Amino acid sequence: MTAPDDQYSSEESDRESLADIVGQELESLLPFRDKFRRGIAQLGGMFVLAGRALARGVQPPSSFGAIVYQVESLGARSVAIGTLTAAFAGLVIAIQFGFFLARFGVQHTVGKVVVLTLFRELAPVLTALTVGARIGSGIAAELGSMTVTEQVDAVRALGADPIKRLVVPRVYACLVVMPMLTVLADVTGFLAGAWVTKFEYDISFAQFFTSALDTVDESDFLSGVGKSVVFGLIIAVVGCYKGLHVEGGTEGVGRATTQTVAVSSVAVLLADFFLTKLLLTIT
Amino acid sequence: MTAPAATPASPEVLIRFEGLRKAFGPKVVFDDLSLEVRRGETLAVIGGSGAGKSVLLKCLIGLMDPDDGHIVFDGQDLTGFGEKEFLPIRRRVAMVFQASALFDSISVGENIEYPLRVHFPEMADEERARRVARVLSLVNLPGIEAMRPSDLSGGMRRRVGLARAIATEPLVILWDEPTTGLDPISTRIIDDLIKSMRAKLRCTSIVVTHDMQSAFSVSDRVALLANHRIVQVGTVAEMRASTVKEVRAFLDARKGEARLD
Repeated sequence: MTAPDDQYSSEESDRESLADIVGQELESLLPFRDKFRRGIAQLGGMFVLAGRALARGVQPPSSFGAIVYQVESLGARSVAIGTLTAAFAGLVIAIQFGFFLARFGVQHTVGKVVVLTLFRELAPVLTALTVGARIGSGIAAELGSMTVTEQVDAVRALGADPIKRLVVPRVYACLVVMPMLTVLADVTGFLAGAWVTKFEYDISFAQFFTSALDTVDESDFLSGVGKSVVFGLIIAVVGCYKGLHVEGGTEGVGRATTQTVAVSSVAVLLADFFLTKLLLTIT
Repeated sequence: MTAPAATPASPEVLIRFEGLRKAFGPKVVFDDLSLEVRRGETLAVIGGSGAGKSVLLKCLIGLMDPDDGHIVFDGQDLTGFGEKEFLPIRRRVAMVFQASALFDSISVGENIEYPLRVHFPEMADEERARRVARVLSLVNLPGIEAMRPSDLSGGMRRRVGLARAIATEPLVILWDEPTTGLDPISTRIIDDLIKSMRAKLRCTSIVVTHDMQSAFSVSDRVALLANHRIVQVGTVAEMRASTVKEVRAFLDARKGEARLD
């Protein structure tokens, strides 16, 4: 008589333990759910900040003076690192492609490959990753320090708009600075490639330039420069957002700075993929 | 017919906090907090660290939004105000921040000009320079317009912060921990400035502090913020004689601290 009851209670306890296990598993996922929610909220916040900054930049009063100051401040300090990165990128791709093209006996076409790789991809992306990390982390650190020392609250308390005063100049400056640095990277990388090709593969400057200029057209150049404008927007908005949302004092400023580098780098790479796809479709 | 007996006019209430509630996640800061500030008085709000004294000031000028309740300023209910609506309020209610919050990237003079450029964009350069010189004289720091905030001592930074706050000739000055971290002489200077501002500018002041000596020295009335609400409001004498448990605990703890000092 007791056997069925025992069987029933045993099945019930199995079900309970299964429910417990599932429950525990779901609970262990809770931190991921919270992180996911926070991530989505931050992404939404960044889109809103970007929209507000772009809109307020064209509203009076003019932020022209503050934008020029930021262009000088962010751009001038980034020329050295941007040039150095582009020069070595140009050297490396010229050596690599020269080596492989020589296997097929067409090393004289190395100029074509170098210029296309640089203009369409490497110059905007490498500039965004190296210079952008520097600019973005600088923005996050500066605004983060202002946040923890209540200077951002002071801007509001004195009747000014922190987005207009602090975010607009940095966002618009990045929209100008990144394409300028990308063009500089195009030129530097191209010259470095030409130089190394002459010494490594005995291809004259004239041959290199002719090969390159025969291939490249304005869409190759403009697609890279166009990408860099979007990258500039991403870097500035991530830096400003992280800086303005610092929590936890000076430790928070450090966290915001490193997060800015990580988030903006990943965002640049993601945006690069979609932009490349889009630009290849429309050109 | 005899003339009705004259009744003393009740002091006019300039600011009223009604049933204020504010929480940061699970941490409740205020729950049903109510407080009235009279026109022309200096009210000190005392309370322990983390009691929410600074949050109260920030709610008044819209730097933080209360979760519930009302704040009425000069007959105007500020509930639901956005940044634009708060703009005229922020011209009339100035805040002196705890760590001064001076902008490091610009000079002292430019810091003080900042609110003038925001609120009075049409003001002539000469008039603006005169105003800057005048407020710097009021805080006993004449002629330091060209200095950088990083060149100033803690006490001087507080005074420049005050100069910046009073540049727009506000009706109310909010002082957030004005003497915290200062040496006794600088504390005395700031206390004297709080008193002199009332005489010179005829403004209302709310001083948030946990420095009892300072609170009792500068204020007409004192309010104790504890357990998420205002426990008692009274004159300095009334507070000293209070039998309210929280007030006694605060006063006695401070006395103990003073003895240890």
